[in-house]
Amino acid sequence: MTNNTTTAQKIPTLTKEDFVSDQMVKWCPGCGDHAVLSSFRKILPEIGVRKEDIVVVSGIGCSSRFPYYVKSYGFHGIHGRAAALSSGIKIANPKLQVWMITGDGDSLAIGGNHFIHVLRRNLDINIMLFNNRIYGLTKGQYSPTTPTGQKTKSSPHGIIEHPFNVGELAIGAQGTFFARAVDTDPKLMMEVMLEASKHKGASLIEILQNCVIFNNKTFTDITARETRDDNQIHLKHGEPMLFGKNSDKGIILKGTKLEVVKIGENGIKEKDILVHDKYQWESGIHLLLATMAPPKYPMALGVIRSIADFTYDDKMENIIKQEKENNPIKNMDDLLNSGKTWDI
Amino acid sequence: MTTKQQKVVELENVVVRFAGDSGDGMQLTGALFSDTAAIAGNDFVTFPDYPAEIRAPQGTVAGVSGFQIHFGHKEIYTPGDTADVLFAMNPAPLKKNLIWVKPGGTIIVDTDTFTEKSLIKAEYTSNPLEDGSLKDYNIIKAPISELTKKSVEDIGLDNKMILKSRNMFALGIMFFIFNREFAVADEFFEQKFKANPLVVESNKKILRAGYNFAETIEALSRITYKVEPAALAKGKYRNITGNVATAWGLLAASEKSGRNLFLGSYPITPATEILQELAKHKSLGAKVLQAEDEIAGIVSSIGASFAGSFAVTSTSGPGLSLKSEAIGLAIMTELPIVIVDVQRAGPSTGMPTKSEQSDLLQALYGRNGEAPCIVIAASSCANCFYYAFEASKLAMEHMTPVILLTDSYLANGSEVFKIPKMSQLPAIKPPIVKADDPDYEPYKRDPEKLNRQWALPGTPGLRHRIGGLEKEDGSGNVSHNPENHQIMCEYRAEKVQRVANYLEPQRVFGPKSGELLVVSWGGTYGVMVETILEMQKQGKKVSLAHFHYINPLPKNTAEIFKGFKKIIVPELNLGQFVYYLRMHFREFTFEQYNKIQGLPFMVKELADKFNELLEEK
Repeated sequence: MTNNTTTAQKIPTLTKEDFVSDQMVKWCPGCGDHAVLSSFRKILPEIGVRKEDIVVVSGIGCSSRFPYYVKSYGFHGIHGRAAALSSGIKIANPKLQVWMITGDGDSLAIGGNHFIHVLRRNLDINIMLFNNRIYGLTKGQYSPTTPTGQKTKSSPHGIIEHPFNVGELAIGAQGTFFARAVDTDPKLMMEVMLEASKHKGASLIEILQNCVIFNNKTFTDITARETRDDNQIHLKHGEPMLFGKNSDKGIILKGTKLEVVKIGENGIKEKDILVHDKYQWESGIHLLLATMAPPKYPMALGVIRSIADFTYDDKMENIIKQEKENNPIKNMDDLLNSGKTWDI
Repeated sequence: MTTKQQKVVELENVVVRFAGDSGDGMQLTGALFSDTAAIAGNDFVTFPDYPAEIRAPQGTVAGVSGFQIHFGHKEIYTPGDTADVLFAMNPAPLKKNLIWVKPGGTIIVDTDTFTEKSLIKAEYTSNPLEDGSLKDYNIIKAPISELTKKSVEDIGLDNKMILKSRNMFALGIMFFIFNREFAVADEFFEQKFKANPLVVESNKKILRAGYNFAETIEALSRITYKVEPAALAKGKYRNITGNVATAWGLLAASEKSGRNLFLGSYPITPATEILQELAKHKSLGAKVLQAEDEIAGIVSSIGASFAGSFAVTSTSGPGLSLKSEAIGLAIMTELPIVIVDVQRAGPSTGMPTKSEQSDLLQALYGRNGEAPCIVIAASSCANCFYYAFEASKLAMEHMTPVILLTDSYLANGSEVFKIPKMSQLPAIKPPIVKADDPDYEPYKRDPEKLNRQWALPGTPGLRHRIGGLEKEDGSGNVSHNPENHQIMCEYRAEKVQRVANYLEPQRVFGPKSGELLVVSWGGTYGVMVETILEMQKQGKKVSLAHFHYINPLPKNTAEIFKGFKKIIVPELNLGQFVYYLRMHFREFTFEQYNKIQGLPFMVKELADKFNELLEEK
């Protein structure tokens, strides 16, 4: 029924080669998607699910070609609708582990409605949202995450809109799991993918992914060797929120805001630093963490929020089970003959 | 139950219309009256006529809610053109419904409501009960409000509560006129108000007060009417609305195919009851997702279909527009899905509670690319069950989306339904692939039907990928090869056309040749049959071919057309089926007759038109 029960089944030992399809990967050389695909194929043998129980679903966009490259059951849908497709698959057969692959255009623009509702329903599916802050497949128009002011093909005078923050939107939609990773860090990607697969409920991973052609270096401040230590913080449950080359910078809560501090400066000690609690029900700190961004803050990576709550698919299965046991209408003949009838 | 000397007149069939404010309980009154017709063994068809607003301002013409029942001891096909008896609870319903009463018909009014204030609200300039404007009708003036209050003054309910039961006084009057038994209503009160014995008692009293009132007053008591049982086939019967019949037909298909039903749907008038009905039947394994929008409704269904459910989405015209792209996806991925479109008057929001047949071309062609799918239409409240079942069978056995067209008129109307036994329904055998089939290819086709197979996620040895991009013949891999695209487009079209090999031939009602053939489809069946029967009785050489299968058309269609000198296609739109027929059968001349008022055809207007054509040389 859930990931837990599938884990209990005997699953033959698999390798990443078991998940390589016979289709040629057609993303641009240097695209961040290659790294995501490679990480994903590597974790699939580890998640404890039979290979025929894995379904990869997508919408439209560069990222959405993903299902063709994974040897599993796969469905490449239509623009924006991956969440609705995934919902139908999971509700129809909750034994399946559904991975939904989507992008910033697919899920935050045309598919925004389905995206927030799949999170709200807390369906037990895993969502990987590749955020490259651009429309790549249509060649360079701005997306709902492109920063204000950026000039793109469809914003020649600079964007005059406010961008979405994926984590903020997801937590606002009552998402129970939100993690963030960067395409340059396979280890982190695999770590959050594994955790997402174990989380019961809708798990959202935002992957900051570089489009080499139309939005190259959009995340360079976060990923470049020389700046990443100061601009990334890897959150780990139960550990203080420390970052920086020498792990001497940290995050504290000051009043109602987060603040970056340096240990040893102004009398700050390690015990003053916030300790990450991804299981905390109240979303306040998680929201603050999700919205941190350079230059003022480091970008929060890792699992930011992971709370336990009921899932739509579990509730549905329970009701069906109860109804089958207790409802006197057991089959269609019962139904047809129920209520007011008369003989002639 | 009659005590004094009176004449009982036997009638072939009667049309009764109850009309009041939308809060007056007219639908309930009508439903209870229908139940008594059922118990009496009559055949009947009902039709509710209610405003789009839930509670429009009280006493205004906009807020009038009506319920019409046509019952008889012959077979009944329609709710009737015009009423023999109109029950008007207030001035506004009288104003709105007078045009639907037969000349000389009986009108019963609650005189207590004909106050100056309510007459103004109903936009009367003088009191119709006094100004002679109703002289052609048999008016029964009853002080219903006052008598209702009096009849239960000893029970101790407040006035507001009591006046809510005015409709039961009205029902009591009708029970007397038509010699009905109290039992059905009593049973209903006991069930409905279980928690409140006072209300049960007061309703029973009010019902009887109405009955006794009718018996006492001169104008009513001399004659009552009796409608003998209809000659229906032996069996068990129930009353059913088109929407419930549709939902049950889908559930029956789920049981027969062994596939759990999944419905993804968004509430929309007049299709919502299908969603509500299916949501009740989780004990039959039906999973219902009330989706966030129309698109999610169908796309979740496509997902469920991929995963192996028998998947359905239900909607009305505006929703069908929103689902267009996704229907294309189901056509491309060749997955079974049933799309129920309960048509209403359009375009855009149109007239949401009114009926029309104007989504036909949308159902046939409203998609990008070459995107054919099966289109079929139900034609009566009860046969919504069978066509929903048939739509499901075709979808699953031929691996294709099927659009089932019903309409507001069928959906909300009800009629007598002979309860079938599930063992009598045909088997449904979807082409599901067995585990580890070494020859499995996602787009390998059945040589006869041309369908691909259904390989369900979770099955070992069949992992595969599908999607909206063009597929390579056989392997199903993405292909932009020009020749392949042509082959695949032709396969998808031919697959749908070959469904005709599995359909019942089109039937003709009446002789197979003659002067005039009436060609109709969908919800107009009842009124067409009634018209044709009447004309045939008069010796007119007219027959009817009423279509349920629109795409593909039955194979004998042209053969039927050949037998007649003239063909006319009456439709509740501006000529969509006739346009389709002209495209397919250029050798015939099709006359057309179109009405687009949100109202059904009437027998008289059809007969006039058909006679005009017969007389023309």
